Amino acid sequence: MKKLVVLFGLLVPSLVLAAGGGDVHLDKAHIDRTDKASLQTGAKLFMNYCLGCHQTQYQRYQRTFEDIGVPLDLGQENLQITGDKVGDYMKSAIPKESAAKWFGAPPPDLTLVARVRGADWLYTYLRSFYADPSRPFGVNNKVFPEVGMPHVLQELQGVPYDQHEERMIDGQMQSVYVGIKADGTGMLSPEEYDKAVLDLVNYLVYLGEPARLEAESIGRWVIVFILVLFVFVYLLKKDYWRDVH
Amino acid sequence: MWQNLLDWIEYRIPMMRVAKMHAMEYPAPKNMNFWYVFGFLATIVLVNQIVTGIWLTMSFEPSAERAFASVEYIMREVDYGYIIRYMHSTGASAFFIVVYLHMFRGMIYGSYQKPRELLWLFGMFIYLALMAEAFMGYVLPWGQMSYWGAQVIVSLFGAIPVIGEDLTVWIQGDYVISGATLNRFFALHVIALPLVIVILVFLHIVALHEVGSNNPDGVEVKRKKGSLKEEEKTKFKMHEYYTNKYDIIDDVVPFFPHIVLKDLVAFCVFLLAFCYVLFFKPEMGGYFLEAPNFEIANPLKTPAHIFPVWYFTPFYAILKAVPDKLFGVIAMFAAIIMLALLPWIDRGKVKSWRYRSGIHKYNLIVFAIVFIFLGYLGGTPQEPWKVTASQICTFLYFAFFGLLWLYSKNEKTKPLPERIG
Repeated sequence: MKKLVVLFGLLVPSLVLAAGGGDVHLDKAHIDRTDKASLQTGAKLFMNYCLGCHQTQYQRYQRTFEDIGVPLDLGQENLQITGDKVGDYMKSAIPKESAAKWFGAPPPDLTLVARVRGADWLYTYLRSFYADPSRPFGVNNKVFPEVGMPHVLQELQGVPYDQHEERMIDGQMQSVYVGIKADGTGMLSPEEYDKAVLDLVNYLVYLGEPARLEAESIGRWVIVFILVLFVFVYLLKKDYWRDVH
Repeated sequence: MWQNLLDWIEYRIPMMRVAKMHAMEYPAPKNMNFWYVFGFLATIVLVNQIVTGIWLTMSFEPSAERAFASVEYIMREVDYGYIIRYMHSTGASAFFIVVYLHMFRGMIYGSYQKPRELLWLFGMFIYLALMAEAFMGYVLPWGQMSYWGAQVIVSLFGAIPVIGEDLTVWIQGDYVISGATLNRFFALHVIALPLVIVILVFLHIVALHEVGSNNPDGVEVKRKKGSLKEEEKTKFKMHEYYTNKYDIIDDVVPFFPHIVLKDLVAFCVFLLAFCYVLFFKPEMGGYFLEAPNFEIANPLKTPAHIFPVWYFTPFYAILKAVPDKLFGVIAMFAAIIMLALLPWIDRGKVKSWRYRSGIHKYNLIVFAIVFIFLGYLGGTPQEPWKVTASQICTFLYFAFFGLLWLYSKNEKTKPLPERIG
């Protein structure tokens, strides 16, 4: 039995890699994939603010509506902004060439962005825009410096300013970045804005791997089956090996 | 009726005879411990890769335009396609985990020593073919790491003097990695290399059954005909193929059911780990599926860090440890060739580390640690201290073989037991 534990240990390589996120501190995104209301809010925000430029061309509207619990007709009426069939892929509204001209580079497809960047990165990124008059769109980003994208959620957050504090470091007063503060002109309070971004990130995480919840529910049964199988195989093996010394 | 059918077949093809000879009445040492399950597990993973691979091929489209999208089509729209895909991607890493453990088993118990040199060589060829197979498979999803990883690996051939440049173009089928490269890698990945691997595995098993399995004591269980008394011979029924040529000592069990059941226990433990990763952690923290590979290949955008997948990183670290590209490539291939030459580098007569000198045990353990540490060095972002560390580890890697050659000639070993205790 001890050997089997060792074997199991050998087969699960230890995880030592910490998620690399550059030098900026990332806030933890406490998302809940089972929260349908959150996913629906996130989907609504995504369709209204993101899908204009960014595609999510690897998934169909219908699959999304079904997974997040939106009736197809309601979804088509309120959430579908491109294509006319509910089975269409979720493509963006603007042609790729014009987008490349407007923003310097075509806005990337976001179907899998949560798997590339991670939820924490997205959550922090969308809350790290700040006013910077030197940039073409008047904003910059703490997580993604020199970002080519405007702050599309500004009407929700208000105009964000980066906050600095004078702190004593190594015997010298230095200005240290301490966070982002909106000017209060947005439609949402800071707490509401964080929640909205969290919902949006939740939706993106869902979009990255729509089968995740199904995989886990199947996986639990598979694990139970293997454990039961193990007991029988182990007893059978013991029985056959009883006389071998 | 059933028996008649079997007889009819047996008269025409030796079905039961081969099954009995190789899968049932094959004498296996009774003391084969858990280190001996990885060959069986590797076979299981091979079958898994072939079967899931066939199903993936049904929906995958090998072109630069459609490869990435068709993988997402499999993940989202093919019924249970994501399970098939994760079985295949997890299987690739699982293959290397079991193969590395299988190889290390061979090293600690001296399974490469006479008369198993050819068996070991077939194994090394399988390992080489497997690396080529895995590399080409990794290019197919056409993500950022697929593309840039391929760029780095294929460019290694450019280091070869005179023909390097032309060779690179010939391999790529283009002046850069492109759809043409993807297409030919697909052909090699789904037909050529699997065929080579299956044939090599067949030869590996035939060679194994000819010389017999080694065991943790390194004591041969097949003795010269007529050298054993009747009560010393095995009581189990073994196939005439073995008993006609040898006296089989009473320290063996038949492959079926004893070894099969033992392997099945290990299989359950393996399956538990495998399915846990498959269903709950398919990216395995970015080791089995790397995050940048979820972004479509973009020849104009170099990722911040390019690494091969974890199972290549020890050799990648050796490559990077050498400042000159050509010598780096030579060092990398030498690292693999040294392993293949083990049967001749090790001049010892005693197989298992149980009966060999303390320095041998120490040497093996240091080698294992160095190999894992090289993997870490080759798979994490470059830092100045890591260059020195890789160079030290590369030296230690080769020092293992040099030391082994030196001390194995007149090594102080413990006396071997006559029988398996």
